[in-house]
Amino acid sequence: MHMADALISPAVGGTMWAASAGIIGYCSKKVRDDTDDQKIPLMAVVGAFIFAAQMINFTIPGTGSSGHIGGGMILAILLGPYAAFLTMASVLAIQALFFADGGLLALGCNIFNLGFFPCFIAYPLIYKNVIGNSPGQKRLFAAAAISAVVALQLGAFSVVVQTVISGVSALPFGAFVLVMQPIHLAIGLVEGLATTAVVAFVWKARPDILNAATDPALLGSPSPRKLLIGLLAATVAVGGILSWFASANPDGLEWAIFMTAGTKDPAAPQQGVHAAMDKVQQKTALLPDYGLKSEDAGPPPKDPNSGTVVDTGKTVAGLVGGTLTLLMAGLIGFILKRRKKSTGA
Amino acid sequence: MGRGRGCRCPIYFNFTMAKIDKNYFDIGYMDTLACQQTSIHRLDPRAKLITTLVFITTVVSFGKYEISALIPFFVYPVFLCTLGNVPPVYLLKKLILVSPFAVMIGIFNPFIDREILVKLGDMGLSGGWISFASIIIRFVLTVGAALILIAVTGFYSVCAALEKLGTPRVFVVQLMFLYRYLFVLVDEASRLVRARSLRALGDGGAGIKTYGSLVGHLLLRTIDRAQRIYLAMCCRGFDGKIRIMKPLKFGPLEIGFIGGWSAYFIILRFYNIPAALGGAITELFR
Repeated sequence: MHMADALISPAVGGTMWAASAGIIGYCSKKVRDDTDDQKIPLMAVVGAFIFAAQMINFTIPGTGSSGHIGGGMILAILLGPYAAFLTMASVLAIQALFFADGGLLALGCNIFNLGFFPCFIAYPLIYKNVIGNSPGQKRLFAAAAISAVVALQLGAFSVVVQTVISGVSALPFGAFVLVMQPIHLAIGLVEGLATTAVVAFVWKARPDILNAATDPALLGSPSPRKLLIGLLAATVAVGGILSWFASANPDGLEWAIFMTAGTKDPAAPQQGVHAAMDKVQQKTALLPDYGLKSEDAGPPPKDPNSGTVVDTGKTVAGLVGGTLTLLMAGLIGFILKRRKKSTGA
Repeated sequence: MGRGRGCRCPIYFNFTMAKIDKNYFDIGYMDTLACQQTSIHRLDPRAKLITTLVFITTVVSFGKYEISALIPFFVYPVFLCTLGNVPPVYLLKKLILVSPFAVMIGIFNPFIDREILVKLGDMGLSGGWISFASIIIRFVLTVGAALILIAVTGFYSVCAALEKLGTPRVFVVQLMFLYRYLFVLVDEASRLVRARSLRALGDGGAGIKTYGSLVGHLLLRTIDRAQRIYLAMCCRGFDGKIRIMKPLKFGPLEIGFIGGWSAYFIILRFYNIPAALGGAITELFR
């Protein structure tokens, strides 16, 4: 459920980047202050373990299909929330850079969706409370499963909210939620099962590892709630303000252009002298009329023959221009290559 | 790999394994690409990182029905690929290989947004198809830019740039370590999986119990390994900082690179050059 660059607006991407960067800064400080250097290689190697563990599949009981571990919850259980968040952020960064999962702008969203909810909501509020002070195997099962499910549900919901606020996808909120939540309930159950299986094994073989992870002396105070609630509130506020601009106008940048230019696109005549003049004007004007398209005015009109429908001539022009530009981009590449060869670089 | 005939061959298993093996092998190839010596590779990683971020932000800032104005943005990846010696076919394969969330969500657009927005002769094209095409173009541009950044810079240099630009050191050091041990652990996991599939004949042994102990063992070994690594590092004088041999230097070339490309992106953001060009040409033939 990696969020993708192609689906988000700069306002949403930027807000989530700010939120995630803030949490990374906070967690880095915590890890640096509270633990010794030893934790760093441990975090990194466990992060690499998450990649490796994703290669190992198991048969999901009752179905023919197979599943594997996702990572967020097991990291939190093994490393504690701060170190787990940093590790998850690095795992996601490598996925974005090497596997083309998501993208750089969406990385902020992904770190938040897949890191924040397991580490700072599910882990302290659910896992810790369910497991209590005297963890038995059954409690451990329940804690790992429930928290994995909750973390994924919240993450999936967050994806929906980010997508809908961005407005690139046409999916309406209700329908999208109805698709995403049940799918991620299933994924969450599989994740819970896998997490439980691994944690139960570690519990039997090396209980000291799990105890060390939850030792407050190693992790600092386990109550990041105040700061995080503040951070969450700030995110919601900033996101809310930005999305207000984004919904009233297609995006902040176009809104800014509109305010600066103070004009809306006039309905230009399509043929003859007017068109020719219009073309000249388009080339010289600061704001060609396609700078503010009809979508800016809100939902497209019901009548397909109304003025916002772009006519054939303009469409052909767009196609011709687009193809030419693409050819030119290719040509630039070709020329650069030739030049490089001739200079023997 | 268990490819025996006559037995119940874990075809599915082989398939996924091959896919993942291939994926990680590809990571190694990205490193090979990043080790080249070209004018693009020699640029300071900060310049490439910042320019790529400006590029991505500008691309996603367009309205959802925009197609033609996005096309000139292909010049940047083409430029980097050509001068940076990155094989475009490899990049395209990588883009196609990943099953993108973007395409799955975007494909709903044509079904929901059915208003005719463009008319080409008698054919009407709905807003949904246009925004879907726009999503695909954005996907190729943004994800392609991220992949090219790594292919012409290298992961460790990007990390060094991140640190210089203010990312907390704990995070950066951890990120470098993670990348370093990725290959080691993936090899270990693939040996485990291979061993299981060779002994299990088909699906047997892929149950949740075996899974728990398999992954659990991997985890325990991982933790022991972290301990050994840490001790080894301490013996060699690790002080919480990783030093990179290649010194970073930010000169006029870098300023020109960032400034020139950013100016190009911003001009493209305000002027739809393909549409103007196409308009001028169709006008000639009218």
